[in-house]
Amino acid sequence: MAKVWRYLLPLGIFAVLVWFLFKGLSLNPREVPSPLVNRPVPNFTLSKLHAPDQKLSASDLKGQVWLLNVWGSWCVSCRIEHPLLNELAKNNVVPIYGMNWKDKREDAIGWLNKFGDPYVASIADVDGRVAIDFGVYGAPETFIIDKQGIIRHKHIGPITAESLQKDILPLIERLKKS
Amino acid sequence: MINVSHNLKVLVGMSALLAAVLFALAAPVMAQAPAQPLPVISPELDKRLKVLETELRCLVCQNQTLADSPAGLADDLRREIRTLALAGKDNAEIKSFLQTRYGDFILYRPPVKSTTWLLWVGPFALLALGGLVFAIIVWRRGRGRDDDDDPGSGGTGGAGGVHEARKLLDE
Repeated sequence: MAKVWRYLLPLGIFAVLVWFLFKGLSLNPREVPSPLVNRPVPNFTLSKLHAPDQKLSASDLKGQVWLLNVWGSWCVSCRIEHPLLNELAKNNVVPIYGMNWKDKREDAIGWLNKFGDPYVASIADVDGRVAIDFGVYGAPETFIIDKQGIIRHKHIGPITAESLQKDILPLIERLKKS
Repeated sequence: MINVSHNLKVLVGMSALLAAVLFALAAPVMAQAPAQPLPVISPELDKRLKVLETELRCLVCQNQTLADSPAGLADDLRREIRTLALAGKDNAEIKSFLQTRYGDFILYRPPVKSTTWLLWVGPFALLALGGLVFAIIVWRRGRGRDDDDDPGSGGTGGAGGVHEARKLLDE
């Protein structure tokens, strides 16, 4: 019996090690889980990008499922996901609000004119202060917020057709029904 | 010879092109809104915050501390930390401010809790396990010098070998 263990134990330890290393291969270190998921959306009041004299607050958006997409005209990967956002907006899937992060107003508006504007409204976070409350560390990032104003999901990096079909759209449908 | 130098030229040309492409890709990132100046603080406070910043991770470059990172976000966070410190917040309060927004990952010294106990205890557990295995092997060899059942003590190697050699010398 002891003989069997002598061979099984190292094999077992090896298997555990392989499992951990294999898991590590498929993890993306850039995707840091946000502690804000399942917490209320941080309160903010910021000027709208297209109408700087108008303010938008988190409380204005209660009672609906909405997306908050963090973007910037300087952000290269934002261009990758942008057609998908345009598509979502065109089909009225969900209202998308933009957070224009650390950008210049004229650059941002020019960018939207060039690539299309899927946003109901964009808020301008010029100094990045509100982005800190959202735990933003790189654009693009997308938050899904439910009717009660609770963040239910954070997507880090460009939205892909796959993540849209697998995670984002099903979650939006579920939140809309609840 | 001609071929080699030609290949070299192509290679140099290609890396120049690659550098140009990389620069062009990086250029829009540099076009961010200019960073605002840090709030003015006393040298003592600056010293305290510098130490604090070496314990915080920059989430953009991940292997750098907030103190070292040149990323735009690190600038913003350094400014935020200074603002908080000027408002009278101590290091623990500043850390928990960042932790509630960015998670434990921002701390270079993660807290001990249910999801991190393996991280903290794991290396010591492995060390103890290794020590245990080592002790068992040593104990077995010491005990079972004549025990042919133990492959470690048989043959020419190990303590058994030394024992056999002593026996031969004694004769």
